[in-house]
Amino acid sequence: MSAGTGTAGGAGAGRVAAGGANATEAAGGTGAAISVRGLVKRYDGRPVVDHLDLEVARGELFALLGPNGAGKTTTVEILEGYRRADEGEVRVLGLDPRRDAAALRARIGLMLQGGGIYPQARPREILALFARFYEDPRDPDELLSLVGLTDVARTRFKVLSGGQKQRLGLALALVGRPELVILDEPTAGMDPAAKAATRSLIADLRAAGVTIVLTTHELADVERLADRIAIIDRGRLVAFGSPAELTAGGLSVIRFRVTTPLGDEECASLAAALAADGAPGAPVAPGAPVAPGAPVAPDSGARNAGSTVTIHDGERPGAYRISGLTPDPATIARLTAWCASRNRLLVEIRTEGGTLEERYLELTGESAENTDGNEAIA
Amino acid sequence: MELRLTARRGENLLVTLVIPVVMLIFFASVRVLTVGTDRPVDFLLPGVLALAVISTSLVNLGIATAYERSYGVLKRLGGSPLPRAGLVAAKMLAVLVVEALQVTLLVTIAVIGFGWQLGPEANLGVAAAALLLGTLAFAGIGLAMAGALRAEATLAGANALFLVLLFLGGVVLPIDHLPAPLEAPARILPASGLSDALRIGLGSQPGDPVGPLALLAAWGLGASAVAARTFRWE
Repeated sequence: MSAGTGTAGGAGAGRVAAGGANATEAAGGTGAAISVRGLVKRYDGRPVVDHLDLEVARGELFALLGPNGAGKTTTVEILEGYRRADEGEVRVLGLDPRRDAAALRARIGLMLQGGGIYPQARPREILALFARFYEDPRDPDELLSLVGLTDVARTRFKVLSGGQKQRLGLALALVGRPELVILDEPTAGMDPAAKAATRSLIADLRAAGVTIVLTTHELADVERLADRIAIIDRGRLVAFGSPAELTAGGLSVIRFRVTTPLGDEECASLAAALAADGAPGAPVAPGAPVAPGAPVAPDSGARNAGSTVTIHDGERPGAYRISGLTPDPATIARLTAWCASRNRLLVEIRTEGGTLEERYLELTGESAENTDGNEAIA
Repeated sequence: MELRLTARRGENLLVTLVIPVVMLIFFASVRVLTVGTDRPVDFLLPGVLALAVISTSLVNLGIATAYERSYGVLKRLGGSPLPRAGLVAAKMLAVLVVEALQVTLLVTIAVIGFGWQLGPEANLGVAAAALLLGTLAFAGIGLAMAGALRAEATLAGANALFLVLLFLGGVVLPIDHLPAPLEAPARILPASGLSDALRIGLGSQPGDPVGPLALLAAWGLGASAVAARTFRWE
């Protein structure tokens, strides 16, 4: 019954083996920091988390990515013991987040999404209050300066800026010297300087051996900082691995730029020319949104080595990104030959693995235009 | 911490300190009520003390906790090693400190302004037990509301209940002045138990304190059980 709640067969197909380097049993103190097996959570019968398997090794920086509503916060809140899993097994530091909640709370630090502070309270006193709950807390003043809140230590919470509130939340997560911190969108609402400071704080924590679980939309940060990444969509794991593994697993990309933008017919002609068998392509028209799921869409291009050649709009007029091709010498030759035959001047050409962001968008079937808020892909 | 925050919510002081004081002074000075005792203050002081307890433990605690819940404070505290019993204990301590202030203030006003004295039959143990059990009962009701309803609903509900108890609970109006259909239900309200027990304890009314105290204890246990069962942290 549970497996049938998703799309037929989708549950199996979406799952990726998530064992990896640290597949030792989580029961003891030396196993994985977090182990999740077959986790299901439904709201009103609708599965929000759908047979999710995850494993986070001790000491790693683990990023949980996914579109809004993918089930990230729900998953994190189950790890934190706020919500009960409907099915599946969850272990955090070898403990059950609900049954062993008291023991666990002393060892983990949580940064919740927004709020959670008395509006009349001041950062210094709220940190001092929380410090008293732990055996060996960090010094509140030192923490305040670490997150850059010294100047507003005595300002009421309700008049702090969004970024300052976030930074206080981060300080609260760290006050008890946790072994594991769970940060739910830590940089949301921060200005660039605060984001950079938070990034380096997170890197320092990781260097100090703290296990970090992070949900965020800052894909560039994740690509740089995370040891491993899980991407979830509609409650299911769609990708799992290191940033390098994820981007290598993506379609390799050729980028090129011509002096003036290509027309629809030209794009189609180019896609056809690039496909090894010369079959006609029907690529994405310039200016149109990048088609979600392009690599497997049957009608949007020509088949080549089991995938589809698609020409996407690049960052600026005349710039394009080709996916669905292995960038081999013959492909490059066909590209330059096509440009010569059309009398188009090729001013730039390079090949690379896709960025995490491109891979993410492919996997979650989102286009830049669909994600709500610019911040999501900033 | 709880106390400091309580003091910082200025509007709370209105309900907890000013209203009972005004009630005491107004009704003790103006003879609008025939209360059966020689001096109205003998009837009023216990009633106003009861009012003070209701305002602090039901209205104030209930509303503050409900807003803490809606701000996510309770959720965040729930994620810290602070045990839940610790949180409840801190809140009760804060309530008791505020009540001690209220009692001191009101008794001082009654003594200085209206020449109030303990009655000959007074039993301060009964009065203290009444205050504690009353606090338990009303705090239980306040927390039950805070844990189950939206903050705004708790705000409205607690204030409405405050008014109902004020008039029906024998606080400023003797219960036997109520119309007959209201009298019976009014007698089993926790406010009646509290004001009766206080009147007996302070010697302004003869009687057996066991009944009112038992009524309060029953309310206290019942409300706490409901609060513990229905309380949601977010």
